[in-house]
Amino acid sequence: MRIPTPIIEYALILPMLIVFGAAVLSVGFEAFISNKYRRQSQVLLTVSALALALIALIIVGNTNARSLAVEGTIAFDGPGVFMQFIILLSSILATLIMAERRVDPAGDAFAPRASAVAGSEDEVIVTKMGLVQTEVWPLLLFSVSGMLLFVSANDFLVLFVGLEVMSLPLYLLAAMARRRRLLSQEAALKYFLLGAFASAILLFGIALTYAYTGELNFGAVSAGISANNNAAGLLTVAVGLVAVGLLFKVGAVPFHQWVPDVYTGSATVVTAFMASAVKVAAIGGLLRAFFVAYGGYAWDWRPLFWAVAILTMLVGSIVALSQIDVKRMLAYSSIANGGFILIGFASTSRAGTAAILFYLLTYSLATIGAFALVTLVRDPSGEANNITRWKGLGKKSPLMAGLFGFYLLSFAGIPLTSGFVAKFTIFVAAVAGGALPLVLVGVVASVIAAFFYIRIIILMFFSDPDPDGPVVVVPSKITAGAIAFTSVASAVLGVFPQWVIDYVSSVSVFLR
Amino acid sequence: MSLLLLALVLTPFVGALLIPVANKYFKWSAKFTGLASAIVTLLLALAIAISFDRNSSSLTQFDFKVSWIDVFGISFHVGVTGIGLVLVLLTAVLTPIVLWADFYAAVKRPILYTSLILLLAGSANLIFLARDLFLFYVFFEAMLIPVFFLIGIFGGANRAKAAMKFLIYGLAGGLIMLAAIVALTLIATTQLQRSTFDIATLSQSISLTPMQEMWLFLGFFIAFAIKAPMVPLHTWLPDTAEQATPGTSTMLIGVLDKIGTFGMIALVLPLFPNASAQLAPWIIGLAVVSVIYGAILAIGQKDMRRLFAYTSISHFGFIVMGIFAFTTIGIAGATLYMVAHGLSTAALFLVGGHLIKQRETALIADYGGLTKVAPVMAGFFLMAALSALALPGMAGFVSEFMVLTGVYQRYQAAAIVATLGIILAAIYMLWLYQRVFTGPENEKSNLIKDLSSKEVIPLVPVFALLILLGFWPQPVLTTIEKSVANVMQQVDSVDPAPIFAIENKEQN
Repeated sequence: MRIPTPIIEYALILPMLIVFGAAVLSVGFEAFISNKYRRQSQVLLTVSALALALIALIIVGNTNARSLAVEGTIAFDGPGVFMQFIILLSSILATLIMAERRVDPAGDAFAPRASAVAGSEDEVIVTKMGLVQTEVWPLLLFSVSGMLLFVSANDFLVLFVGLEVMSLPLYLLAAMARRRRLLSQEAALKYFLLGAFASAILLFGIALTYAYTGELNFGAVSAGISANNNAAGLLTVAVGLVAVGLLFKVGAVPFHQWVPDVYTGSATVVTAFMASAVKVAAIGGLLRAFFVAYGGYAWDWRPLFWAVAILTMLVGSIVALSQIDVKRMLAYSSIANGGFILIGFASTSRAGTAAILFYLLTYSLATIGAFALVTLVRDPSGEANNITRWKGLGKKSPLMAGLFGFYLLSFAGIPLTSGFVAKFTIFVAAVAGGALPLVLVGVVASVIAAFFYIRIIILMFFSDPDPDGPVVVVPSKITAGAIAFTSVASAVLGVFPQWVIDYVSSVSVFLR
Repeated sequence: MSLLLLALVLTPFVGALLIPVANKYFKWSAKFTGLASAIVTLLLALAIAISFDRNSSSLTQFDFKVSWIDVFGISFHVGVTGIGLVLVLLTAVLTPIVLWADFYAAVKRPILYTSLILLLAGSANLIFLARDLFLFYVFFEAMLIPVFFLIGIFGGANRAKAAMKFLIYGLAGGLIMLAAIVALTLIATTQLQRSTFDIATLSQSISLTPMQEMWLFLGFFIAFAIKAPMVPLHTWLPDTAEQATPGTSTMLIGVLDKIGTFGMIALVLPLFPNASAQLAPWIIGLAVVSVIYGAILAIGQKDMRRLFAYTSISHFGFIVMGIFAFTTIGIAGATLYMVAHGLSTAALFLVGGHLIKQRETALIADYGGLTKVAPVMAGFFLMAALSALALPGMAGFVSEFMVLTGVYQRYQAAAIVATLGIILAAIYMLWLYQRVFTGPENEKSNLIKDLSSKEVIPLVPVFALLILLGFWPQPVLTTIEKSVANVMQQVDSVDPAPIFAIENKEQN
């Protein structure tokens, strides 16, 4: 018996291979490079690998090579390329702010030894020894490679593998915050348990899909669904379970309970990564599974998405009103924004895909910028995350407060910011898909959400600062550069969005 | 010529950006740069007004159009209509006056203040000139932000709350309108096979079912009724006016609120003529309520700034009545009313502002008998009050008369009830003057300083215009004539035959 050799299109999966290879290399760095040089080499490796992958992606993506790869299990198509682009870009920016060590006098944002019991003598000793945690870098690289795989998957098994490669490092990253160790560990455990549970549900849904169609490849599943009219109940259960598993990753209501705790407990730089790259990846996987594999079944799953979108927008916005912690508030804002993205699922059209892609780009850039600014407001015990402590920041540090205010206005969807254009494109696509009620709920949620964004602006600009309030730390040039990049990009995308909108409209076709 | 228009649109924004830069590198004061760009804007607006062809019945002149977001058919399209032009002129006149006046009120953080005022003026200009619905909406919403900061940073003790209320009202209205805009363009896309936001195309080439038209009308109208404050959506205005600086209030009520009534003329009537005609009686009814309710509440106010705000609510009632009367004289009168009201509001807030600043109280009861210590101020205040109550010879009179005539042609009862508003206006204005400037002197009255010549300078053009337009409103009326005729044509409305002429004929 001869087993045929699989054909692998190396060029098309080059970005993934670069990141994955770098992750493996990075593990080697952990073992073989001495303490003294390890951190620098890890950071250098991570940034250069991600940048190289981004360059490779741009080069290959520009050749118009659009095809399925690796025996049809990976789709190198327009949406996939664009989502990989967003993920790599936001990962680079997140890496830059993760490498910051000037804002915290104790070192970088990570615990020197995450396994030490919180508050124990052991912890004090390792802190005194000046140990530096460098395992975050291989973890980050593994997670990014998982994301790249996840958003390009054209096969349920690849989707699942991508999901796990992406998620497992994240559980660890969540546990590594330097400050407030207990919260961080609690966040990681919660994330892990719920995440494992959601993975199991997803896997069960995949199994049932296989039972119904006998296929795992998205194209084949789609064909199988349209060919088969019997026992639709089985398929409904399968689709429902897959939706639950993936919506958990998105953080959509009612599967959002982990989001505020994990976003608050993790180191803020890790939260920035989760709220941008991970969110993009989760939406990307959801798009693939439901637009490609279950696209022919849209009439049946659409009501579910309507309900989830409405709940997510409203719950996210309303609960955010009562938050007094900036990170928790941003977590709920992230949930609510997920709801707005889900409006785009109301129309399985090219316009819907394009709108979602544009939204993802603008949202992830603004999110990284906002969280990076959160890390700068500090008092002696660490970040000052309580909103009342932010009183009068506009007078103390007009630049920082001005930029943060700009991001808040962008999240609130005020015109001339990128957030407005994103919301507008989503609304237009949704109305064209017959989802006017969803848009109306979106409008109501936007007004509610405006309340808490504006409350922070009022606090920052219209009150006088406390004499013993937190200080705004001046970051290193690298972090400042990352913030400047996201700010300029957000402003430009708000005023001149036409090139990006044209581009996403031209690449919004999925291959199957 | 369209480049002239582009220059007009860009100058305030360039000025706003230039102020901090010029202050840092060339040591130019914010006052200098701000006033310079405001005056350049005024000159450009005058140049456009002079070369504007008043006999042309084309919808717009000086069109400047570049494509913006092609996928949705959005373009950066500005053009001058007669009605838009007079409002641009109003903005251009008020901006330097407000800047001048507030500098002598020694505003804190002048760089930020001047930039924000210029951003506000620039956004208002764009709204008055926008010929693309998306462009209109973007600045309709974006304009809220400079005003929000103007109230919140420079206002009184309760400024944060007032700013929040202002912004939430504005955002809520805007987002309702956004939903309507999105729905409207979807209908346009299906009918025209292409996406467009061009206002002229949308008003001429789209046919809406009555149901669609009604809902879309409401989406737009609510947004504009919040902005123009109409009862019952008016509650933000008194709170805001009470907290904001006099200059901010002048820009807010004098210019920004006009966007609501301008939107009704420029968008609601042409886009939804049938729904407008159908709902006009209801809106006229609501406007009459605004006139009377605003006037009665103005009488009862203890705070001068709140009183001014309620008088404005009453006056906006007149403007809305004039618009929805669907008569040429009504719409022309409403437009003139906007100009007159902008000027008289500026007069009231600026003169009153000097008073309030000196004593740091706006309570009417804290004043009395000021004619002796401050005769110049008293004189100006009396003139401002007379203009606000529409004394013949002031601009307010001509416009109020035109509006009432226009309304009477169709809705006699409404016009008669609204006339009560004029009587009430005399009560709230003259009684205010009586309590503040005449009567027994308050023990602290001698602390008040009269207006200095520097403080009088910005008031002179305001009063000159108020009197000029009172005797000779032709410049405004000829400018808007064709534009009003276009609106009448778009709503497919013909002026009713004059009632008295017919009666006379029958008698013969």
